[in-house]
Amino acid sequence: MTINFFDNDLTSLHNKLINKELTATELTQATLDNVAHTDEQLNAFISTNPEEALLQAKKIDDAHDFSDILTGLPVGLKDNLATNGIQTTGASRILEGFKPVYDATVVSKLNTAGAVSVGKTNMDEFAMGGSTETSYYKKTTNAWDATKVPGGSSGGSAAAVAGGLVPFALGSDTGGSIRQPAAFNGIVGLKPTYGRVSRWGLFAMASSLDQVGPFTRTVKDNALVLNTIAGFDEKDSTSADRDVPDFTAKLTGNVKGLKIAVPKEYFGEGIDPKVASTVKAAIAQLEALGATVDEVSLPHTKYGVAAYYIIMSSEASSNLQRYDGVRYGFRADDVQNLEDLYVKTRSEGFGDEVKRRIMLGTFSLSAGAYDAFFKKAAKIRTLLIEDFNRVFADYDVIVGPTAPTVAYGIGEEIDDPTAMYLADALTIPVNLAGLPGLSVNAGFVDGLPVGLQIIGKPFDEATVYQTGYAFEQASRLFEQLPKIAKKY
Amino acid sequence: MIDLRSKIMATGNFETTIGLEVHVEMQTNSKLMSPSPVHYGDKPNENTNVIDFGYPGVLPVANKGALEYGMRAALALNATISPFIRWDRKNYFYPDNPKAYQTTQSQTPLGKNGYLDVTLADGTTKRIRIKELHVEEDAGKNTHGTDGYSYVDLNRQGTPLIEIVSEPDIASPDEAYAYLEQLRQAILFTGISEAKMQEGQMRADVNISIRPYGSSEYGTKVEMKNINSFNYVRNALIFEEKRQAEVLRSGGIIQQETRRYNEPTKSTILMRVKEGADDYRYFPEPDLAPVVIDQNWIDKVADELPKSAGDRQTSYVSTLGIERYDAEVLTQTLAMSDFYDATVAAGADAKRAANYLIGDVNAFMNKHQVELQETQLTPEHLAGMIKLIESGTISTKQAKQVFEAIMAGEEPEAFAKKNGLVQISDPEVLLTWITEVLDNNPQSIEDFKGGKDRATGYLIGQLMKMSKGQANPGVMNKLLLAELAKR
Amino acid sequence: MSETTISKEEVAHVAGLAKLAFNETELEQFTTQLDSILTIFDTLGEVDTEQVEPTYSVTENVNHLRQDVADNWHQKQALLENAPLEAADLIKVPAILDGEGE
Repeated sequence: MTINFFDNDLTSLHNKLINKELTATELTQATLDNVAHTDEQLNAFISTNPEEALLQAKKIDDAHDFSDILTGLPVGLKDNLATNGIQTTGASRILEGFKPVYDATVVSKLNTAGAVSVGKTNMDEFAMGGSTETSYYKKTTNAWDATKVPGGSSGGSAAAVAGGLVPFALGSDTGGSIRQPAAFNGIVGLKPTYGRVSRWGLFAMASSLDQVGPFTRTVKDNALVLNTIAGFDEKDSTSADRDVPDFTAKLTGNVKGLKIAVPKEYFGEGIDPKVASTVKAAIAQLEALGATVDEVSLPHTKYGVAAYYIIMSSEASSNLQRYDGVRYGFRADDVQNLEDLYVKTRSEGFGDEVKRRIMLGTFSLSAGAYDAFFKKAAKIRTLLIEDFNRVFADYDVIVGPTAPTVAYGIGEEIDDPTAMYLADALTIPVNLAGLPGLSVNAGFVDGLPVGLQIIGKPFDEATVYQTGYAFEQASRLFEQLPKIAKKY
Repeated sequence: MIDLRSKIMATGNFETTIGLEVHVEMQTNSKLMSPSPVHYGDKPNENTNVIDFGYPGVLPVANKGALEYGMRAALALNATISPFIRWDRKNYFYPDNPKAYQTTQSQTPLGKNGYLDVTLADGTTKRIRIKELHVEEDAGKNTHGTDGYSYVDLNRQGTPLIEIVSEPDIASPDEAYAYLEQLRQAILFTGISEAKMQEGQMRADVNISIRPYGSSEYGTKVEMKNINSFNYVRNALIFEEKRQAEVLRSGGIIQQETRRYNEPTKSTILMRVKEGADDYRYFPEPDLAPVVIDQNWIDKVADELPKSAGDRQTSYVSTLGIERYDAEVLTQTLAMSDFYDATVAAGADAKRAANYLIGDVNAFMNKHQVELQETQLTPEHLAGMIKLIESGTISTKQAKQVFEAIMAGEEPEAFAKKNGLVQISDPEVLLTWITEVLDNNPQSIEDFKGGKDRATGYLIGQLMKMSKGQANPGVMNKLLLAELAKR
Repeated sequence: MSETTISKEEVAHVAGLAKLAFNETELEQFTTQLDSILTIFDTLGEVDTEQVEPTYSVTENVNHLRQDVADNWHQKQALLENAPLEAADLIKVPAILDGEGE
């Protein structure tokens, strides 16, 4: 059998499982077939685990307990989420063949809910990049155009959902790595509030910025997945000890009286005018639905990229020191002594972008540079947070483009790190401030999706979803399908 | 420069400046950032998990007990406890350091501005200031093979350490020795560590520089790390003082370097010359939440803090009437002092309890090479035996047998009864025997009256025989003399 | 506002701290790239942050602490199986030379 995830959202699949129109085994097998047939073009998965997936599906069918919305539903996991006994590489050579001996908290939560992980999705190496081109293993293509990048770093998860391979997937977002690929692939991606979702088992890039979040085709599906993966985890010292509300609670389609702020800086230099007008049209539609819209200023936005690249690279340089060839993963051959082991393992095991960021971070923390770089960036971070606080005193959400352009061609920016870093300018401030940020499809430019970014107050994902849902239901853009959809 | 040199040549007099950084492993149940057990002597890597191995994706959670132990040390060393602590990462690569950073408290140490009053050999007291105390992770252990490989055991990795950093107030190797010894005792009495040197539970990093007397600037520091014997510290410092003086006298300069102490030659060996400061790239640990310590919390820890050795000595001398020297012996370890307190609390005579612990119990521990807590003796049993002696129920001679029994875990009174080690002091019982013996030995009465003292000896012998040795000799003697006088 | 530049020697020094090695071509390339990235970083100098407190984390947590209870997760065997080289329950690495490391 085949299954088409374009016509079936999570609720519809769930009902079919309950009504025995479908079994979890059939669903899992169909998903694995999807991947087998389509992934030659997309290259969304680094690895699949059919045996484990089918075994789990069988157990679910035997128990026939579909009390949880996610039970029996297939999921793709970004390859930086630890899966016990299943290869997790971070898309790096240095972890080739590495099988963690524990599960990430989000993976445990999905397991408990009965979701079936079919495989690990491609990404930029250690989530460093915005195009999934820095992966050691393969290059993922955009679901709408095989010559374009899927965005990154969670490009595999985004392409897998947009291409209809899986109904939902998890990614991670440090500076835009969920929202930007969601935008490039015309789907829904959320970076939750910092602390909303446990980071235990997420291979750290930058500990003070990283969050795990869902990719789905619709806002409601996204909220349903967040319901499952959110929550306090005592194993994560930065996890928020707060109740998890029902994130679908405000999905009414009503935004009357909602106060929307539009930062003028998000439409400044470097924004593709066609992207800007598409996003402005989307905002106008929200206004037409009854929201009030005002232009505001987030004056420190232009310093976000510099502050982010200093903080992110500094933390990453330290987080990635553990990859030393001693206890797990890749170890270089023919080493003469310990120093040699370290240097050869790391020089051969890491790709260029990872090395670049390790170098930047090591430099930013080094004696003599710390105050001018790391500490300075931490102060700029304070100013960025204050910018947001001022706006959120008067507004419910902040709305703008997710990325300054639509998906670009494969190979176009990979050799120009400066250009690539500047492309993150609109998503980065959200991570620095720890806010929730959602990307939904705002429309198309030259046949490629444009992302509408909705930023909320800390822990107010519900209002972010409310806004996204109202726009999605009014625009019904999710009904437009990529060509790849015809393959089913 | 020439002036300085001629001055050195003329006087040959240098002033020594020593600073000590002491690391003490805190004996918590679990590690500082992982729940793995803290336990010495287990099989390699037995007490490790994904956190200790620095796996990708793992996160630390700080141990409240370790922080409170650290607070105990800070309180015992009169330091001010920081109200706000942010953890920091110290970055360096080494096989025993799996994350390639050590979690420590560099910018906001747990305690600051403490001191320890150290009694020196001449009886005077010197205050050594303590710059700071901070809690951090211990590293694992590397063993260096002869096969071109080193071997890593991560059991120790993550054990909480308290690092105690002194100001450079120490002026001689002997002062350093006295400081270390008394610091160890202060730590012992916080109950956070047994500070066993041979197990590496207490280790010192020392730095030493010398300068001509009167010079306003310190000389160049030489460092020696991880010395785990106070004698080695003293020897190393004695050697360094001499070596540095010789270098300066011969017109050389002291390099900033790390040296290692070599016990067989009692000398120090150059390990590496430091080119500028090490670059550990310290920065705030983003995986951990900050710690806020309020006065309530400090008070709670202070309440749990055992009394210091000094306070205990004072109360032993003034309240219990113990000799100063004995009080010092009793407070050499926290275990002994606590045992003594419990014995007295159980009703034992304070002096007798002190004598037993310092004498027989110590001798037993030495003979069997065991710690007090490893014996089967309990304060209740020791107190029980002492009460039997005090009440005259057993003789001090009988007590020797009882002592052996309580060291084997027996209850003293039951043991004495079971083995007939009970004295009979009841005058009624004794008088019956005396009457019978006197009635049967009229000749002895005559002899006694005729002034022959030997006669009583004979009578007592008869009485002892009759009582199977259980008669209380003192009481019996008195009663016998009274009876003889009546006849 | 002074402009930060980085020399090939400095890049090599930083690579040493990070345990990375570059050949001459890579070194040239990295120096050029890092130099242009540092130009972006330098824009921060425009902002007066004299009175601004740094933000190192946005976690709202304080005193997220664990009770001192030991719990052995019994992962030793699995962990050692993942080690590239292991002997007698110990992780094996090339000899550590005197003076290496800390």
